[in-house]
Amino acid sequence: MSTTRVTRKPRRYGMVIDIDRCTGCGACVIACAAENNLAPAHSKATERTGVTLVRVVTLSSAESPGTGFGQPRMAAYMPLMCMQCEHETPCVSVCPQQAVEVDKLSGIVEQMPQRCLGCRYCMTACPYHARSFNWADPQWPAGMEATLNPAVAPRMRGVVEKCDFCQSRLNAAQDEAAMNGQSDPGAYTPACVEACATNAIVFGDWNDPESPVSQAAASVETFAWLEKLGTQPKVRFHSRQPWIRAMAARGGAAPAKEVAHG
Amino acid sequence: MADMAWNAIVAVERKLKPRDAVRCPLPQFAAWLAPWMLLFAVGLYAGFLCLRDGLYHTNMDNRFVFGLWIFLDLAIIAFGGGAFFSGFLLYILRRRELGAIIRSAVLTGFLCYAGALLVLMLDVGQPLRAWFTFWHPNTHSMLTEVTFCISCYLLVLAIEYLPTILKNRQLRRIPQALVFGWELHRMMPVLAIVGAFLSFFHQGSLGGLYGVLRGRPFAFREGFAIWPATFFLFILSAIAVGPSFLIVVTRVVEFITRRKHAGGDVYRVLGRISGILLIVYVLAKSVDTIVWLNSTSPQSGFRAWEYYAWEPFGTWILFLEIAGLGLLPAIFLLYFSRTRPERLFVPALAACAGVALNRYVQTIQTQALSTLPFDQFVTYSPSWQEVAAFLGVIAFAVIVYSASYRYLNLFARSH
Repeated sequence: MSTTRVTRKPRRYGMVIDIDRCTGCGACVIACAAENNLAPAHSKATERTGVTLVRVVTLSSAESPGTGFGQPRMAAYMPLMCMQCEHETPCVSVCPQQAVEVDKLSGIVEQMPQRCLGCRYCMTACPYHARSFNWADPQWPAGMEATLNPAVAPRMRGVVEKCDFCQSRLNAAQDEAAMNGQSDPGAYTPACVEACATNAIVFGDWNDPESPVSQAAASVETFAWLEKLGTQPKVRFHSRQPWIRAMAARGGAAPAKEVAHG
Repeated sequence: MADMAWNAIVAVERKLKPRDAVRCPLPQFAAWLAPWMLLFAVGLYAGFLCLRDGLYHTNMDNRFVFGLWIFLDLAIIAFGGGAFFSGFLLYILRRRELGAIIRSAVLTGFLCYAGALLVLMLDVGQPLRAWFTFWHPNTHSMLTEVTFCISCYLLVLAIEYLPTILKNRQLRRIPQALVFGWELHRMMPVLAIVGAFLSFFHQGSLGGLYGVLRGRPFAFREGFAIWPATFFLFILSAIAVGPSFLIVVTRVVEFITRRKHAGGDVYRVLGRISGILLIVYVLAKSVDTIVWLNSTSPQSGFRAWEYYAWEPFGTWILFLEIAGLGLLPAIFLLYFSRTRPERLFVPALAACAGVALNRYVQTIQTQALSTLPFDQFVTYSPSWQEVAAFLGVIAFAVIVYSASYRYLNLFARSH
C-alpha cells in the first residue's frame, strides 16, 4: 500500500466589511450563535457577561474627530468579531498553555476550549475585546438541544471562546474536497457572511488576488481598526464616510461617557 | 467535667508553646482568632460558590476580565519579595542583623505566595486544568514563567519554613526531626540563592504580563531583548518594598503582642535598603513614564492625555504613585533609618501603598481604558464574593501567622 503526500496551498482567510451596507439587523449575530451552539444567555447575564462571537456596534459621528461643529450627526452599524491578527497575534503569545494558535494553512487564529485554563489573559491582550468568557454553565431550554449543530462541540463553563471563521464549515469543505480527490478546500462561507441580507461582509483568501477580499481591499476607502498597533488584522472595513475613516485613524476612545457595571 | 476537659486542653496547649516564651492566655488567643476564623469561613463559602457555579458570582466581565483578585495577587507577591530579599541579604551578603526576623520574613513570604495561589485557583475558570501549563507550556508567555516560578518558589519557601516548625518544643523531642531540621538549616544559603533566582524572574514576569500587551497601549512598553521595561520595574519595586513590608509586619506584631521583636539595627538596615532601592525605582519609573508618554504610546496611535481624561484616573494618580507614595516615603525611610528607626512604620506603610497603587493601576486602569475609538470607558466594582474571598485570604494569613507566633520561635531576639 502506498501513501501519497498531498500539499495544500496556504490560505489567509479574511473579511472586508462594508460599514455603509450594514443595517445593524443582527442577523450575523444570530446566525453565528446558531452555527456555533451558543447557549441562551444566563439568567444573571449582562451585556458584558454574555457569550457572543460577533457583536454589532454603533458608530456615532459625535465621537469622530472628522465631524466639525454644526455638521449633522450620523450613525452607522458594524459587526465586530475576532480580527484574526496576523503579525505578533496578541492572544497567541500570551496563552500559558498553547490553547490559542494560528493555523498555518488557513491563517485562522484558533482557540482550543478543551485546553483553555480560563485565565483570560488572552482577553486582556485582545485590543478588539473580541473574546468572550463562559461565566456560567451553558444551558439550553428543554428540547432545544435537538437544534444544536452536531459539527460544533459546545463549550463548557470557565473557558474563553472567539470567532474562528466557522472552523466547522472549513472542516466540512476540506472533507468534501478530500472526497472529490482534491487537496484544497477552496472557498467556503462562514455563517455570518451567509446570513447578511445586504452582502455587507465579504469573505475570501487574502493570498488570492482574485478573491473578493483582495478586490475589495484595493479601494482607498478600506481600512483596519487600530492599524498602528501593527497586528495586521485580516478583517478589514470599508466605508465611503470620511467621519468613519477619521475615527479609525485615531487611536483610543474619546472621553464621552462611561459604563458602570457591578 | 467541663472544667477538667478545659484544664486538659490548656495543659496540652501549654506544652506546645516555646519554653520560657511569654504568650497570652488561651481564651484571649481564641478570642483574637474568632473574628478571623469567621472571615475565613465566609471567604471559603464565597470561594465555594464560585467553584460550584462559575465566575458569574463575580462582577468581572468580558471587558473587565481581571479584578480585585489579580490586583491582590500582584500586590501580595510584591510584598512577599521581602522573604527572598532578606534571605539573600542574610545568607549571601551576610547581613547578620536580619537573622532576628528571618523566620518571620520567610513565613510572611510563604503566606503571601500561598494566598496568591489560593486566589488564583478561584480566579481561573478551570482550576483543575492548572497542570496543563506544565504539560503544554507556551515558552513565549510571561504567565508560563510566572506559574512555574511561583509554584517552585512556594515549595522553596515551604522548605525554608520547615526548620522553624521542626524547632517546636514537642517536635524537637523527635531526634529524626531535629536532625532533619538541622540538615535543612544547612541548606539555607543554597535555598536563598534558588529563591532569589526564582523570585527575580517571576516578579519580573508579573510586570512583563502587562508590558508585553501590544494591544493595550496603556500597559505596553518597549524594553531590553524579550523583556519589557515593566519586567525590570516590577523586580525593582518588589525588592524595594519587601523590606518595608517586613518593617510593617514586625511593627504590627510588636504592637499587638506588646513586645519588642527586633532592635533598631534591624529596622535601620531594612529602612536604608528599602529607601535606597525605592529611590532607584522612582528614578527608573520616571524615565520609563517619560519614554512611554513621548514615544511608545504615540507610536501605537495613542496620545498620553487620552489615558488620563477619564475620572477618577486623572494625572493625579500618576503623581501620587511616583512622588507621593514613591519619592516621599523613600526620603523618610532614609532619614528615619539614620535618626529614629522607631518612626519607620509610616513611611514603610506608604511605600507599600505606593507599590500596591502601581499594581492597581496596571491591573484596573489597563482594563478600564478602551482601545477602540468607539468603545467605552468601563468601570467595575467587586461583588461580595470577590471581597469575601479577598478578606478570607487575609484572614488565612493572619490565622497561620498567629498560630506560628504562638507555637514557634518566629523572632530570634524577642524580649
